[in-house]
Amino acid sequence: MSAEYALQARSASESVAAGHRSGGRMRYLLGAICIALCALMLAPIVLSVSASLKTTEEASAQPPTYFTHQLSIDSYNRLWAYQEGLPTYLINSGGVALLTIGLCLLLTIPAGYALARFPVPGKEFLFVLLLLALIIPYQALLTPIFFMFADLKLTNTLLGLAIVHTTIQLPFSLYIMRNSFEAVPRELEEAAVIDGCSSWQVLLKIIMPTIRPAIVTVALFAFITSWNEFLGALVMMNKGSIFTLPLILANARQETSIGGTDWGMLQAGITISMIPCILFYLLLQRYYVSGFLSGAVK
Amino acid sequence: MYANTRAKLIGLLYLAPALLFVLVFTAYPLTQMVWMSFHNWSIIEPPKWIGLANYVKAYTDRQFWTSLIFTLKYTLYLTPILMVGGYLIALLVAQNTPLRKFTRAIVFVPVVIGLGVSSLLWYWLFNYNFGPINRMLVDVGVVGKPIVWFGEDATRALWAVIISIVWKVIGFGMLLYVAAIQAIPGEVTEAAMVDGAGYWQRVRQITLPLTYRTILLVTLVSVIGSLLAFDQFFLMTAGQPFNKTASSVFWIYLNSFPYLKLGYGAALSLILAVIILAFTIFQMALTRRSQA
Repeated sequence: MSAEYALQARSASESVAAGHRSGGRMRYLLGAICIALCALMLAPIVLSVSASLKTTEEASAQPPTYFTHQLSIDSYNRLWAYQEGLPTYLINSGGVALLTIGLCLLLTIPAGYALARFPVPGKEFLFVLLLLALIIPYQALLTPIFFMFADLKLTNTLLGLAIVHTTIQLPFSLYIMRNSFEAVPRELEEAAVIDGCSSWQVLLKIIMPTIRPAIVTVALFAFITSWNEFLGALVMMNKGSIFTLPLILANARQETSIGGTDWGMLQAGITISMIPCILFYLLLQRYYVSGFLSGAVK
Repeated sequence: MYANTRAKLIGLLYLAPALLFVLVFTAYPLTQMVWMSFHNWSIIEPPKWIGLANYVKAYTDRQFWTSLIFTLKYTLYLTPILMVGGYLIALLVAQNTPLRKFTRAIVFVPVVIGLGVSSLLWYWLFNYNFGPINRMLVDVGVVGKPIVWFGEDATRALWAVIISIVWKVIGFGMLLYVAAIQAIPGEVTEAAMVDGAGYWQRVRQITLPLTYRTILLVTLVSVIGSLLAFDQFFLMTAGQPFNKTASSVFWIYLNSFPYLKLGYGAALSLILAVIILAFTIFQMALTRRSQA
């Protein structure tokens, strides 16, 4: 290969583009496919949000209208007052998610530190033990956990459900933490140790600020898992007042004040559930993508 | 020496909370589940040792087999769609032009919303009277009258669920494929182009072989996820008609909770866990090798 050619070396993706570029018509066709794909992927979300803004009458029309004729927040009003009221369910779901984030961080920051920095005996064995939940799906463990929680009075509590969500999220969180602790250069700590800092002070003052991306990633994924999780909540929570958002929506599908399913209210609930997930995804896309890429290779 | 012992102790101390958590909330329930699977246990009566009877029962339980075969069928239909579809989208959007980046972000959006929520959303989209999909099919003239998606026909219900799941998770594979495709050194593709290889020829001879591990990985993750399917069937088909669309986890759930056959539910869980374990070991062996 000539030197002149090497100068033009481009990234693989760009050369794939070059292949496409050969035909101008092809380029437009591929662009059109991209746009059509976006429309297809967004359509369910747009339809749902639009349906949540219909008037009560329009929301129960058959056949349905495609888009809202007259904007109305009737559905949101009904959802607001549904059973224990939307605020209760938002607080429950948010509470479980926050507790899950807290537990994940509280457990995996020290554990990641220990695995990366201390000569713990049997380290690799312990690491594998900590990843136990990867091998055994949590769906299979829900029955024994339910009975243990019944004894500990943890069923129908936000903390109990947060513990279940933490068991799901722990392997991923630990993996991310260990890797990011290992990426911190040791020189940073050495000076502090010479100055007489304890390992705890080193962790809090020196390392924590440098592993902030890992903390954001762990918290983000813990939130998404917990906010959306359904089966564990279905098993652990059987009092309406402690239901999380997915549970009350599953309920709302079946029984409502207007007789059949209140489709408008259901869409309002779906919209409200989707908002924080999509918002966090858009704001923290960088963490999301890198988390997914490293998490999938756990 | 003293310092070393001290460091070991401090390390263990930092590790202790996580270890304790896993022992109490994962390892202990696991042993409990094995113990339960050898007992006949409903809430009312105390557990009674019955040896392998629960496993024998699973073997002769027609619904267990119906659910397992249904779950395998679901996995078998869904996985190729996700693999091929995800890969084609990845090829389409792998370049870093603004439109492609935008498309990538959009295709990934459904991955971040909940499976339960998306199942309820699609339950509405597919609804007989109130769903926009039937309205659209009638308006376009594909069908004369609305289709009953979740009714007598279990296969139709299965396809409705598959469509919703493809929408929900195809972005996951796409994202990993795009990363793998972008990691291919530019020179490799350049060389092939100099040799006059056409686009699809390059895909077949360069892109596919060089992203082979990612393809396997995505496949395994999809397979394991499909074998554990619950939300989508519980919320969209409710197992109807006649539990023909009840997935394995659904059948375990029914036995353990509404029916309170706890020992039997535990035996079923264990059987499923072993099946999943086989796939997981395969996945770990694979990723370990790809990291080396």
